Amino acid sequence: MSEDTRFGLDKKVRLLGPLPLDSGGELAPVDLAYETYGDLNADASNAVLICHALTMDQYVASKHPLTGKGGWWTDMVGPGKPVDTDRHFVICANVIGSCMGSSGPATINPATEKPWGMDFPVLTIADMVRAQALLLDHLGIERLHAVIGGSMGGMQAINWTTLYPDRVKSAVIVASAARHSAQNIAFHEVGRQAIMADPRWRGGSYYADDDPPSSGLAVARMAAHITYLSEAGLTEKFGRRLQDRDSKTFGFDADFQVESYLRHQGISFVDRFDANSYLYITRAMDYFDLAEAHGGTLANAFKGSKTRFCLISFDTDWLYPTSESRTIVHALNAAGAAASFVELSSAFGHDSFLLANPEMNRIVDGFLKAGESL
Amino acid sequence: MSKLRPDLQIIADNISPNARVLDIGCGDGALMAALRDQKQVDARGLEIDPANVASAVSKGLSVVQGDADTDLSAYPDASFDYAILSQTLQTTHRPDQIVNELLRIGKQAFVSFPNFAHWRVRMSLLIGGRMPVTRLLPQTWYDTPNIHHVTIDDFRALVRDGELKQEGQWFLTGDKQTGRGLANLLAEHAVFLLRR
Repeated sequence: MSEDTRFGLDKKVRLLGPLPLDSGGELAPVDLAYETYGDLNADASNAVLICHALTMDQYVASKHPLTGKGGWWTDMVGPGKPVDTDRHFVICANVIGSCMGSSGPATINPATEKPWGMDFPVLTIADMVRAQALLLDHLGIERLHAVIGGSMGGMQAINWTTLYPDRVKSAVIVASAARHSAQNIAFHEVGRQAIMADPRWRGGSYYADDDPPSSGLAVARMAAHITYLSEAGLTEKFGRRLQDRDSKTFGFDADFQVESYLRHQGISFVDRFDANSYLYITRAMDYFDLAEAHGGTLANAFKGSKTRFCLISFDTDWLYPTSESRTIVHALNAAGAAASFVELSSAFGHDSFLLANPEMNRIVDGFLKAGESL
Repeated sequence: MSKLRPDLQIIADNISPNARVLDIGCGDGALMAALRDQKQVDARGLEIDPANVASAVSKGLSVVQGDADTDLSAYPDASFDYAILSQTLQTTHRPDQIVNELLRIGKQAFVSFPNFAHWRVRMSLLIGGRMPVTRLLPQTWYDTPNIHHVTIDDFRALVRDGELKQEGQWFLTGDKQTGRGLANLLAEHAVFLLRR
């Protein structure tokens, strides 16, 4: 198989497309940046597609080129892990609309030979999935052993099972939902308004002079980051403790540790993420409503499905609460699909899915292994 | 293959191969795994305890975390050949409604429960004057999940009043099957197979 011994390989492909989009337009060509780990077996039956969340990327188990940090899900993906790179051929592609090498607002519009900016077409989760399907065609993979994702990655994973039911044997959907709730849309709108209120945003045309709306993007990230945590988690981590000082300053410096932490999250985020991508991807999530595309009844989406489903939620996740997963489970039960579901306990809110969790690993490991003997 | 609990073994012995089965209160999935491995049954489970669900799912079983009192309505009518409720009836809020749900979802239903009229239970209350704590009902009155204790005769009355058909009945004392005579006094545990 491959002689390249690097873990990840940092691949990139330009596919001619065209990719028809839900908005009515199309995208061509389609650039996709992706990582692969492990080797595809002879009958191409061991492929596992990992779908990433809003601000994540293809570096699920390998070093991020900008931050130098390790992969974002190394507890789940790697040699001997539930998604076992010794056993599986693992693919993780940067979603279209994002900014780590796949087609997005910061990439070049072939018609103008300038960055797309806000001329980039508005995308949906289904568009992201269809782009991933093009990549699988390119890689010669007809059917996935499994598609796995958390949060927005879970939306893609579940959309995979309805757009390409015959191409997905098993689906793992973690801390996710079949539709974006009003509350989630509301939080996203705060983030988008923060970006667009930054005078440097300039209608999205900020690429030429390399002066992006970093303040707006940082505020968007800070607000969003709160939704990824839980009150208990914040209290445990920071409480009302002061940051590097013995008393309050009676000013507007970051007196509290939690302020300092959020500011750090905001500032470090802008170094690795494009503000326009943040607008496009949050929009795609807001538009996501799987029932809407099936006559308003979610169960219709899974009628006749042969896919095995495994859903996991976390008890302190108030962004994608257990009730959202349960809605999917009820629809799967109504459709007679093979479904597993468990709510796990963790103090860390929505972010729990990214953290080491032995129980989650045990479930995903057993679920994937059982699928291999079918 | 580890040995099944005796009431589960009775259920397993009486399920036809290749059936579609919903096991409500499936625990760690022992019965489901046995049915899958021995009778090629398409088994699905519902279980309230997350640790049990995790164990079942890690065995490759399709089990969802949920509550018989609230999560049965999602299952379509007659979507399973059998619905199974083992040692769970007495923990539900409305056992009569649950039995109706079982026979809506399943063409037939197995129900197993500990018999609260077993002589040892009666003696415990009569002589000791305390709520009985037995092998099958090991919790004290304040921490027991068993909120609707039921006797074999109570259950028979429920079947009769609901105009349900009884397709089979089995009784256990210790881990051994016993006869039907004086079952309400002598049996620790009962298994019924019902149909509408």
